[in-house]
Amino acid sequence: MMSSFLFRAMDARAGIFLAIMAAVIILIPAGNLLVPEGSAFHVPNYALTLMGKYLTYALLALAVDLVWGYCGILSLGHAAFFALGGYAMGMYLMRQIGTRGVYGDPNLPDFMVFLNWQELPWYWYGFDMFWFAALMVLLVPGFLAFVFGWFAFRSRVTGVYLSIITQALTYALLLAFFRNDMGFGGNNGLTDFKDILGFNIQADTTRAGLFVASGLALVICFIICRSITRSKLGKVLVAVRDAESRTRFLGYRVEHYKLFVWTLSAMMAGIAGALYVPQVGIINPGEFDPANSIEVVIWVAVGGRGTLVGAVLGAVLVNFAKTWFTGALPDIWLFALGGLFVFVTLFLPKGIVGTFSQGWTALRQRRISQALEAGSGEAPDAPPHSPSAPANVTHATPAPKATDPQPAE
Amino acid sequence: MARASSLLYLDGVSVSFDGFKALNELSLTIGPGEMRAIIGPNGAGKTTMMDVITGKTRPDSGEVYFDGTIDLTGEDEASIAEMGIGRKFQKPTVFESHTVWDNLELALKAPRGPFATLFHVISGGERKRIEHLLDLIRLGGKRDDLAANLSHGQKQWLEIGMLLAQDPKLLLVDEPAAGMTDAETAETAELLKDIANDHSVVVVEHDMVFVRSLGVKVTVLHEGSVLAEGSLDHVSANDRVVEVYLGR
Repeated sequence: MMSSFLFRAMDARAGIFLAIMAAVIILIPAGNLLVPEGSAFHVPNYALTLMGKYLTYALLALAVDLVWGYCGILSLGHAAFFALGGYAMGMYLMRQIGTRGVYGDPNLPDFMVFLNWQELPWYWYGFDMFWFAALMVLLVPGFLAFVFGWFAFRSRVTGVYLSIITQALTYALLLAFFRNDMGFGGNNGLTDFKDILGFNIQADTTRAGLFVASGLALVICFIICRSITRSKLGKVLVAVRDAESRTRFLGYRVEHYKLFVWTLSAMMAGIAGALYVPQVGIINPGEFDPANSIEVVIWVAVGGRGTLVGAVLGAVLVNFAKTWFTGALPDIWLFALGGLFVFVTLFLPKGIVGTFSQGWTALRQRRISQALEAGSGEAPDAPPHSPSAPANVTHATPAPKATDPQPAE
Repeated sequence: MARASSLLYLDGVSVSFDGFKALNELSLTIGPGEMRAIIGPNGAGKTTMMDVITGKTRPDSGEVYFDGTIDLTGEDEASIAEMGIGRKFQKPTVFESHTVWDNLELALKAPRGPFATLFHVISGGERKRIEHLLDLIRLGGKRDDLAANLSHGQKQWLEIGMLLAQDPKLLLVDEPAAGMTDAETAETAELLKDIANDHSVVVVEHDMVFVRSLGVKVTVLHEGSVLAEGSLDHVSANDRVVEVYLGR
């Protein structure tokens, strides 16, 4: 059962993606650690960390694509789950500092000493153990998403209303985490990390290790997403996206499906955040900024929603552009991002990957029909199709007017 | 007919939207294995009646029972569908970005939970059943086409196929012949008669030729309640029916 579940994930497109990921995971750290510094193939430290960061963004985009591209839930608050995962990891890293903080307190992180706190708040217990922190990376975003989704999906909040509530969710968390009383470092967040799992967080090998971990997490989550979207459950998700009420009348409990995929997606976003924090060395409430969540949606839209690979590609490309712009033309970046979104919406509604595969399908179909016209006599293959593509496809014939134009649902 | 021996039993059902009475003390009974045609002018409450039966709309008052004992007023759409009431919408509603085959597979009677579908592997029996349905609705050659690319009539048929795939006890069919050519309409009537051999069917339709070709008992709705009931000839002879429905 499990093997057939995972086997479904594989096809040519997934194969190409996994091959590229394998090359990235092996070659980039090798280029950093093994190739001497003078060589043209040497990957500098900053580039390694930067690309590690892109990989965690790619994982976040993948999580958004799963709910938006396949189930039609436009989340404008996924950065909240990302940041919560990041905070869980940050708390572990804070506890690893021990007595090496500025105040040298054996029990309390620096910011608590600074605030004159006497003892560790209860919710910091356990975070000195990695396994506990790792569990929380999954459970905290997962639990929040479950509770949020339980109420939102049961009340049948959909579309733009749900998007607005997700924005409110992340904004509320932003304000809460800014408060010193919350015990998460307030405005400054958590930083000044020293060790992770006993390794010096600044060391080249640790950075390479974190890069590989981010790459592997992306690959594993990609395979999980792919298996899900190609299963019957994935078909139900697309059905929900395109005709939610019809799916209900078929007997599917739409809210359960949404809750499942929403919670899973939040957990993936949490993992991305947890891998992001040790690589950038800080987590602060700024990560909850509503604008961050919107940026993720742009990455997915640029890459092509409902394609998974597109989400990864979009995240890497847009962030690469962002790195370049903010270095070369810092004032222009937000205009460029906005312009990019308008461009993609107007001219590439299916994103890069979606447009590419549509063109490929059209080319194949033309070849088949040409072959038929040439009289090769062979029956055409089943026409290629992409069930995950959005439904705005051409209608063969315009639907005649119903005699009684009442809304059917 | 008594409630206990009925398949669908509506008694004194009223629904109002902002003061407008869409259903007004509607009472209707469908027996097991029966086929019934429901006609009525625009706004007679036909679609609202379907909404009440399938759980989309809660009635303000009245009783709705399925199979003699199950109270439908407390159930939601998904559980009513699972009990065995299938619905075809007036406007054909199929999953446009799925293929014809996938549309049928999704509708096929099978466990409906997320984990059941996550690990679902299509069985030989299911394949056979889909093949059979594809033959029945004559879309065998289009199995790999996206439903979005079907013609209007084909979508109607696909939706009827999806309804059958659910294997419901009761089929609610809203205007199956809308937008079809005369030939398609006749074929649809034949198909529905076939289906009625082993299912209970309620057909809502405007097309009198179509209703006549079904040759079944007819219920005329007007302003949310039953105006007349009987054979088509019988109700056509009713002065009130002629007045409200035919507008003469």
